[in-house]
Amino acid sequence: MGSLVPADTGSSQEAGFFASRLDALVNWGRKNSLWPMPLGLSCCGIELMAMIGPKFDIARFGAEAARFSPRQCDLLIVAGTLTWKMAEATRTIYDQMPDPKWVIAMGVCSSSGGMYDSYSVVQGVDMILPVDVYVPGCPPRPDAVIDALIKLQRKIERESPTRRLAEMSSKPLEAGTNTFNMAPNDAIKTHRIGTFLEGDEGDDA
Amino acid sequence: MNGLERLQAAGAPASLIEQPSRDNAACVRVAAADVYGTLQTLRDACGFGTVTFITAIDRSPAEDRFEIAWQLRSVEHVDRIRVTTRVGGDAPSVRSATDLWPGSAYMERECYDMFGIHFEGHVGLKRLLMPEGYDHFPLRKEFPHQGIEPDRLYREWERTRS
Repeated sequence: MGSLVPADTGSSQEAGFFASRLDALVNWGRKNSLWPMPLGLSCCGIELMAMIGPKFDIARFGAEAARFSPRQCDLLIVAGTLTWKMAEATRTIYDQMPDPKWVIAMGVCSSSGGMYDSYSVVQGVDMILPVDVYVPGCPPRPDAVIDALIKLQRKIERESPTRRLAEMSSKPLEAGTNTFNMAPNDAIKTHRIGTFLEGDEGDDA
Repeated sequence: MNGLERLQAAGAPASLIEQPSRDNAACVRVAAADVYGTLQTLRDACGFGTVTFITAIDRSPAEDRFEIAWQLRSVEHVDRIRVTTRVGGDAPSVRSATDLWPGSAYMERECYDMFGIHFEGHVGLKRLLMPEGYDHFPLRKEFPHQGIEPDRLYREWERTRS
């Protein structure tokens, strides 16, 4: 990420500074301190609790600080079956989360509606939110969600917060919000897992 | 003396027809106008203190398409009885049993939500599981499996929020 360069300070104490790109430093901080907003809507919520607990321990990835206020979170984990009646509340929670923010759709219900091909169930949370990582499984094991978390961390590594900030500051804030709102449809296009995986492989090579 | 015999001893309505049942519980059908009186007699004179469930069945395309059923339980006599009735028309309705058993309020609300049956005298008969403002009743036979514009209310909300 960067290198430690000894500084010629003239002091006997060893001092130095750390040279890095701002993007790399910000991304490093962000990816290792994701604060999840657990939205346990059905049985996936139980696996989510197991994931936060000591056995699977997502504290190893810096994401154990689950907060129950969206104002303090930057990772929304939609764990379970989202109904159309709940959709308004879910979108409100997403909007209340400060930018930057990411979304994991945990389980087939939140990814695609799953087996509930029905009048009451949202056929995938990407109908109302931009999703970063989809996790298959009914419910997925905690390992699978940890894998999703690691994939999200790799995705965050490749973001460019400085460019984003420049883009954002060149256009005015939307009235009535305290966040830089992305239009959900554009976000879905850029955040599709297909493009993400292609980039993922290229990054590893 | 089982529940049905006790009901007949206490005074059953003229419209009462005995129905076969698979679970050996007494099952009777009465006219929609007689339901409330029958339930009241069963509660006050026959020892049926609790209502186990209130539900409906869509028997479409039959004439009076909705069959509404009340299952009552007598702890005292270790007995149960099922009272059914048939209603139809564009606005099917029947008298509410909430003043006999306050606990029937939620079951009647669910019945309204799913079948569109109005329970007269129910205070706060509104949507329970479906969102407020939804136009259709999901358990009616003509309702398609995947719904009719299930996202309409959400999209309206999305457009109006600031």
